[in-house]
Amino acid sequence: MVERSKVRIIVAKPGLDGHDRGAKVIARALRDAGFEVIYTGIRQTPEQIVESVIQEDADVLGISILSGAHMVLIPKILRLLEERGLKPNEDVLVIAGGIIPPDDAQELEKMGVAKVFGPGSPIEDIIAFIDENITKLRKFSG
Amino acid sequence: MIDELIERMLKGDKRAAARLITLVENDDEKAAEIVKKIYRHTGKAHIVGITGPPGSGKSTLLDKLIKAARAEGKIVGVIAIDPTSPFTGGALLGDRIRMQRHSTDPGVFIRSMATRGSLGGLAKATNDAIKVLDAYGCDVIFVETVGVGQIEVDIVRTADTVVLTTVPGLGDDIQAIKAGLTEIADIFVVNKADKEGADATVFELELMLDIEKEKWKDSWRPKILKTIAMTGRGVKELWEVIREHREYLLKTGKIAEKKKFRAEEEVKTIVSSMIAKRIGRKMQEDELMFLIDKILSREIDPYSAAEVVLEKSLGVKV
Repeated sequence: MVERSKVRIIVAKPGLDGHDRGAKVIARALRDAGFEVIYTGIRQTPEQIVESVIQEDADVLGISILSGAHMVLIPKILRLLEERGLKPNEDVLVIAGGIIPPDDAQELEKMGVAKVFGPGSPIEDIIAFIDENITKLRKFSG
Repeated sequence: MIDELIERMLKGDKRAAARLITLVENDDEKAAEIVKKIYRHTGKAHIVGITGPPGSGKSTLLDKLIKAARAEGKIVGVIAIDPTSPFTGGALLGDRIRMQRHSTDPGVFIRSMATRGSLGGLAKATNDAIKVLDAYGCDVIFVETVGVGQIEVDIVRTADTVVLTTVPGLGDDIQAIKAGLTEIADIFVVNKADKEGADATVFELELMLDIEKEKWKDSWRPKILKTIAMTGRGVKELWEVIREHREYLLKTGKIAEKKKFRAEEEVKTIVSSMIAKRIGRKMQEDELMFLIDKILSREIDPYSAAEVVLEKSLGVKV
């Protein structure tokens, strides 16, 4: 297992909704689980999020989105990551949470989001998912 | 792999620089290899430390300072340090929030860093991360310490210029004349200066500096400035004083003194950590336990035991 304190997770809130209680709770829970969490605040543009992933050399990007704009913003983030040479699931694990209907979730997972966590997902599931999938990243596998 | 990363970083590749910082943070051996290879490209940047108590506005001030430095076309690096939880090993790094607008500026590199057990206000890897950003081509590197109390003064061994932020109403004048933090500042910033008591805080700091009047005759007397970081008031003046301090260091040759002191401290730190690691490797666990038992039974004292350990693991008589 990769040592959690060496796993860097960015928690980002793209788009215009200002409700970040959920994102803060997740950030705090991940910190309590022993991860290094970088919280970037609300109203982030996809460009800002992707640049943060690069500068922070993040291993996991957790996107919290409640505004309903997930089918616009998340694909854009994925596209920008690729443009900057970061392959989802190989260079960075992208996970998403918030109000995302199951059909959309499926589609996002096809596009490269490793996993969409719906409302009420137990934090333990998110932690277990990260522990299990982080080893697939290139920087940890070789 | 490291050679390729360094080559890319020297050409201005942000991702390579970021990756190198992770390596110096996570792996001591790689850190040594990287520093050996990039060292000749370092030494150009102006390293500015921002320190002060939690909530005194360090990150907000920094956001505005980045803007001022960028207005002059400087390439800016930021290392913002937040504490690691001593209980879980995890960390929540939140300094970036206030500076996010600069994220997409190609001339700005912001990196959050957790203390990972260090207690002096910085992280163990901070100095090496600074070297990476220096080699990458930053003209100015701002280092924001964790929120500090009275004695977390590692920044003085790292920065050319130390800015100490404070806010009105933190305590009486006794707090200000106590040893420690106030001794390391080149510039004092009384932030949130629209709050009651700002002038009194400035006055107390001036009084404190007056005690050492003689000292300032042939050295930099710390400047005291008032700012309101939220609105940006006073930040332009602060940036000017930071530059003035740099000029002073260059003109008087004091920068050489600082660098000498810093290099000495750095070598000492590296030597201690190398020795500690070698002892860990060389001493068998049961050998150490044998000594510990002897200490407990009062056959040997801790100092003598330490001498035995050093002799055995390093092969030198102490």
